[in-house]
Amino acid sequence: MAGSVLLEVKEISKAFGGVQAVCRVSFELFEGEIFGIIGPNGSGKTTLVNLITGFVRPDSGEVLFRDKKITRLPPHKIADLGVTRTFQVMRPYHSLPAYKNLIIPLNSPRIVRTREGRLGDKDAVAIDLLEEIGFERDAYVPYKAASSLPLGYLKRLELARCLALKPEVIICDEIFSGLSMAEIATLIPILEKLQMDGISLIMIEHRLRELFRLVNRVMVLNFGQKLAEGPPDEVMARPEVRDAYLGTEEVACSRSEI
Amino acid sequence: MDILVYGTVNSVQFALIAVGFTLVYGVSRLPNFAHGALYVFVGFTTWSLVNSFKVVYPLAILISLCASAILGAVIYRLVLIRLRGLPTSEIIASFALGLIILEGFRLQGIGGFKGFIGPFYVLPSFVDAKLRVAGVLIDFQRLFVIFGGLAVVIALWLFTRYTKVGLSLRAIAQDEQAAMMLGIDSDRAAVVALSIGSALAGLAAVIILPLGNVTAEAGYKVLIDALAVCIIGGLGSWAGTLLASFVLGFAMILSDALFGALWKSVVLVGAIILILIFRPSGLLGKQKELEERV
Amino acid sequence: MEVKERRKERLDRGIKVRTEGLYALSSWREMGYLLAPRLFLIGGLLLLPLLLDMYWQRVLCIAGIYALLALGFDFLAQYVGLVCLGGAFFVGCGTYIAGLLHVYLDLSPLFTIPIATVGGATVSTLVLLPCLRLRGIYFAITSFMFPMLSVYIIIALNVFGGTEGKSGLATFPSVWVDQYIILLAVLICLFSMRRLVNEDFGLILRGIKDNDQAVRASGISITLYKTKAVFISALMGCFGGAYLCHLYGWIGISQFAMDFSILPISAAVMGGVGTLAGPVIGALLLTPLSELLRGFGQLRVVVYCLVLIGFIVYKPEGFMNFLQRKYHQFERWEEV
Repeated sequence: MAGSVLLEVKEISKAFGGVQAVCRVSFELFEGEIFGIIGPNGSGKTTLVNLITGFVRPDSGEVLFRDKKITRLPPHKIADLGVTRTFQVMRPYHSLPAYKNLIIPLNSPRIVRTREGRLGDKDAVAIDLLEEIGFERDAYVPYKAASSLPLGYLKRLELARCLALKPEVIICDEIFSGLSMAEIATLIPILEKLQMDGISLIMIEHRLRELFRLVNRVMVLNFGQKLAEGPPDEVMARPEVRDAYLGTEEVACSRSEI
Repeated sequence: MDILVYGTVNSVQFALIAVGFTLVYGVSRLPNFAHGALYVFVGFTTWSLVNSFKVVYPLAILISLCASAILGAVIYRLVLIRLRGLPTSEIIASFALGLIILEGFRLQGIGGFKGFIGPFYVLPSFVDAKLRVAGVLIDFQRLFVIFGGLAVVIALWLFTRYTKVGLSLRAIAQDEQAAMMLGIDSDRAAVVALSIGSALAGLAAVIILPLGNVTAEAGYKVLIDALAVCIIGGLGSWAGTLLASFVLGFAMILSDALFGALWKSVVLVGAIILILIFRPSGLLGKQKELEERV
Repeated sequence: MEVKERRKERLDRGIKVRTEGLYALSSWREMGYLLAPRLFLIGGLLLLPLLLDMYWQRVLCIAGIYALLALGFDFLAQYVGLVCLGGAFFVGCGTYIAGLLHVYLDLSPLFTIPIATVGGATVSTLVLLPCLRLRGIYFAITSFMFPMLSVYIIIALNVFGGTEGKSGLATFPSVWVDQYIILLAVLICLFSMRRLVNEDFGLILRGIKDNDQAVRASGISITLYKTKAVFISALMGCFGGAYLCHLYGWIGISQFAMDFSILPISAAVMGGVGTLAGPVIGALLLTPLSELLRGFGQLRVVVYCLVLIGFIVYKPEGFMNFLQRKYHQFERWEEV
């Protein structure tokens, strides 16, 4: 379902020292869709996320959210507007119960601004949120120390941290990494439900098979540049995309010549 | 013309003082709050050697410098090495050590130890003469400051570029983990850096102190000067330290000429606050702001 | 051949487990277990003025000021990750603002102290604000420099009374008022801070210390919270300063002295960073010690620093943590 353009990235670039990490990448995120960003390792996907969410300043280019420029805003202001992200490497606060991790976003201006956010019982909201995302309340899982949770739960905790902000966009940075097929299978319905609730997702992933079940459109990055964009099967059929992942014939030939 | 010459002297003075601190911070990320203390230590030790033990002046200088280098190494080995990796504890411990040494010199009444207080502690100038340089009457010691400072900077530059030890220090300064993977011991590097840094503080003392007298209060002033230069120039940046020394040196002399000697401290504070507001990581700071860490 | 090793095991006492968490307290004994240390502290502190003679009562007042500073330092160091090497700056600001309000606007201590507390905290926080965006080392350096730079400026510009300061200001009506004001302030601040760090505010600060990127991604401005934390710490220090002004009735540059910066740090390290109560007790112990050493000049400072280094190297947990451990846990040797 094509909605309006929610997030627009225009010609964004960033170089670290001599390495061009991201080179003039542009794309659009439509309201209500799940957009995938894929590409081999080192293609600049995480840098792109950092650029969009304000953790790194771009050298050139713009990012627009609902037609408003968010390019050089600090990360907390961007999250305040509703564009959130998960982190690949999570460090939840170890000795605290899992639900306490959500108290921090529940104290952010975005939530506290509303009357119900300010006066509501934050602990209860946190536990409800965790239950929605799959932490079994009866087994007291939300109360367990974050350090004792298995990886699947930690990933969901990250997602919950974003959800606590009542976001409009969630950018998931390799949320499937490290999970088994079964764990991913339980995560997918949750993500689909988020889409149905009106949240748009950008998913950076390596696990293509699982990703393609979810996404409407996909973009391929290689060496910081956009290679292709479109529906998954269309994009994967393109020769340049295959070359990026598998290597070109020329290389294969020269190796066999040796 | 006066301003140019005295400004240069003042700037090189700042540079001499700050260079030791920058070295230690650049290599091992340790803020050496004992820097001022080491400066004063060399001053008093040299004085004692010359006056109480009748040692010949150049030899006294040499002994003091070695003593301060050893003191620096001892400080690291005994205390700071146990606190590596705990930034709050490192800062607190280095601060306390500095105070112990500085306040130690002001002690009175322990077993007849009179303490180093009073205006009679003066180190003799190297040559007691005055010269006319570019139409300005300047005494030899001040000229020596300029040349001494220049020599020190050039020597350090050569050291860090062409000797094995110097190169390994630079390696640790740039990327500690990569250097460790290449077999450079970061603790040994820190000891070397701290020794050299202490010796540099001592060298600054030996060159600058003959211009006035040796007091323990000077230790605090020197520490503040070094910190101010490093903040304005950027913590850990060599070029920044040099640039900031000149900026600060000339600013102070100019304010002296225009507003009178009293406003010097105001200029100092103003410069620090301005830098922190407008260019927080220093004029040439390579340290990125908090924002840039991911 | 089996090698038998012995290992020390520490277990929480049964009574601690029972009194923690979501369970209701079920007996007087358990209530007593929880309340005893706190009552001991409160009672002891409030009874102390009645037991001491004039000279030591004055020392107690000063100890109170140091206790507030130590509390502020501990809060900033452990809960926010900022090392404040310049507690003297807070004291100086509080003192000077209170004194000047009294001298120039003729306000009584009833007004000068609150105004100086809030005003001094505002000024100090504004001055330290630019370094809050940067790494912790910058805060340490600038907080170290400001007390001394303030002294230079006051002397250089000869404002606010210059090197002599101003004297003859109003003091408190009686010795008892002297002491109980500061003791109550210390107790109120201590228990308020303990409450504060367990509330959401403290949680966010701990989050900032552990994982600031995640906190920023959650829509919270780190600089804002650090500013609030510095402001709170400054409030305590400036109150101490304002109180000091009316305790002795004069203001002068010695109120920016290094003592006010270093003794709280030693007290905090000795008492145990992070416990909030430990630094307070540490201050109450170190201040009399420093009085005893007053005859030896600067030996005091050397001693504080030696104590600090000793603790930081050999017993970094501080004695409060040590006591807590003994109280809450028991140890036994186990064969492995």
